[in-house]
Amino acid sequence: MTTVIEVPEAEPGVVAPRSKSKGGGGLGRYIVIRFFLIIPTVFILVTLVFFLMRVIGDPITAAQGGRLPPDVLAQRIHDAGYDRPVLVQYFEYLGQLITGNFGTTITDRRPVVEVLTTFGAATLELSINALIVALAVGIPFGLIAAQHRDKTPDAFLRFFAILCYATPVFFSGLLLKLTFSVWLGWLPVAGRASTRTELTMSSLAAPSGIYWLDAIRSGNFTALGDVVSHAVLPAIALGLLTAGVFLRLVRTNVIGTLGKDYIEAGRSRGVSEFRLVTKHAYKPALIPIITVMGLQIALMLGGAILTETTFEWKGLGYQLVQYLNARDFVAVQGIVVLLAIIVAVTNFIVDIIAALIDPRVRY
Amino acid sequence: MSTPTLTPPRQPLFSRLPVISHLKKSVGLQRGMLVVGVVLSGLFILTSIFAPLLAPYGYSQLSDASGSFPTQQAPGGKHLLGTTVGGYDVLSRVVWGSQTAVTVIIVSVAMSLFLGVALGLLSGYFGGWLDRILVVVADAIYAFPTLLLAIVISIVISRGQSSFWGGIFSCAFSITVVFVPQYFRVIRAETIRLKAEPFVESAKVLGASSMRIIGRHIFKNATRTLPLMFTLNASEAILTLAGLGFLGFGIEPTSAAEWGFDLNKALADTSSGIWWTGVFPGIAIVLTVLGLTLVGESINDLNDPRIRGRKRAGGGAGTPASPGTPSAPAEAGKP
Repeated sequence: MTTVIEVPEAEPGVVAPRSKSKGGGGLGRYIVIRFFLIIPTVFILVTLVFFLMRVIGDPITAAQGGRLPPDVLAQRIHDAGYDRPVLVQYFEYLGQLITGNFGTTITDRRPVVEVLTTFGAATLELSINALIVALAVGIPFGLIAAQHRDKTPDAFLRFFAILCYATPVFFSGLLLKLTFSVWLGWLPVAGRASTRTELTMSSLAAPSGIYWLDAIRSGNFTALGDVVSHAVLPAIALGLLTAGVFLRLVRTNVIGTLGKDYIEAGRSRGVSEFRLVTKHAYKPALIPIITVMGLQIALMLGGAILTETTFEWKGLGYQLVQYLNARDFVAVQGIVVLLAIIVAVTNFIVDIIAALIDPRVRY
Repeated sequence: MSTPTLTPPRQPLFSRLPVISHLKKSVGLQRGMLVVGVVLSGLFILTSIFAPLLAPYGYSQLSDASGSFPTQQAPGGKHLLGTTVGGYDVLSRVVWGSQTAVTVIIVSVAMSLFLGVALGLLSGYFGGWLDRILVVVADAIYAFPTLLLAIVISIVISRGQSSFWGGIFSCAFSITVVFVPQYFRVIRAETIRLKAEPFVESAKVLGASSMRIIGRHIFKNATRTLPLMFTLNASEAILTLAGLGFLGFGIEPTSAAEWGFDLNKALADTSSGIWWTGVFPGIAIVLTVLGLTLVGESINDLNDPRIRGRKRAGGGAGTPASPGTPSAPAEAGKP
């Protein structure tokens, strides 16, 4: 209430990429502007995907072209409205999206939203597991690398980080499967759980869909063991991909903060080198990690598609590939648009968190 | 953008030979990384050029004078790295795969370089509504999972099945769409920075046309970061190509060898303990990407040896391209 002066300079409705407002009290405004930035992002992607998918013709011909007689095909196309002008279809599609209707798949006639609710949890579980692996590997190793900058451990860890990035998830997945499932026989080859556990899981009341969470909640520890043993390899495969990014990020940022005056001051007061890294330099270095985590979500979703295919992990990515192979482009379009919205919203949340932690982010 | 504006700066860029000048600057560990990177990348390029000589068989060859190749044969004897389920020679397909990869890199990076640089220059120099729209579009594309976008584009172009060039172009174009925003952001940021420099102003005073200022004065100065982006994007192009191939959007095995496709086929082999069909193409991907990334990383570090700290924080998630962080988009978000 006391900050009266800065109100007039607000630019209503403008999604200016860089507004020059500085000073306190800007968080609410930042959130609003950042929120409205979601809309053009999603809108552009929806438009792009829609017109791209229409370039190849109507989805029904694509899915069932060779299998139906021409007159039946034409009737189907007419019924679905695909013979109308593309612009009409486009605006109708936009209207449907606003009401939460993402279309119905052609091959198995399910609403795309239902596909999301059925398989989304599996992808979420995989992403959470992978994120845990990535943070557990990336942060400590990044700290070690920063502390031993330009020495052997650093060189080794930097190489490791590049290797993480250079290895496609499906190849690391294949190697992990070969080693731990086929040769050593320690872990299951594929899937989210054994058939028995899956049955137990589906019979639960109000399941969250995240298997390990459900297993813990129902106190079923044999199921938990089964679920975890299935989850380990996919989580490592996908997690390592991101771990390399986190490692480098922590390393560069900690090195950056280690050069700051307050670290020097701490050092002169006799604070140990270890404590300097883990206590003083570490926290400011976390902020960029949170920011980059938003971008990592996009990377992870891409990686999840490949990981799910590698491990037959029945999530959204796996399902997307099934639909792709069946040439069900309504389903593909729906899932892609849904994922675009998810990515945009997560980025929004991550940005807000980053702004809450670090006031300098707001501008 | 007509051709004369593009041709003059290209020669000095070439004759300066980024990697060699960096090699001279480097010491110790840095030099080691760069040398390893250069050697691996060199091997990759040489393999692709001499693939017809190096590969014992053709990429789609299933038999020779002494009859059909055995299927799923372990490495050794006539087939050094074994054969696949379909009876292809693994070594031959790994060697030929490098040719596919190089072609895709060249086509995709050339296309995205051209489009991204041109759009970035125009958008940064003229500003206004065009700039705003392009920035929002580029940000939207940039924030999206690259693989998904590549899949969509790939469907559009190839409609599933593809010949050699059809497959190459659908992959290359999908990768282009993903990369253009990155080049665009970097070049635009540089252009905005350079636009305020005195030499641009004096050119204006002398009556130079906008096209001449962009083509001659700004372009030349804005492209310093391109060798770095080139190497980093080349490695990403390989990964995207392999990812597309792995999902079945690559090139048919009869029209070219593609590592990702082979890995997909190898997945089914793993449960029966057959490792050679997947491990060798996989190693090929890893070594190639490793080599290119090491070169790119080293160039990056050598260009900027002082600060490696704060610069990455700039290119954050949904934030628009902030000027002065040339290398951030290339490495922070999508390494």
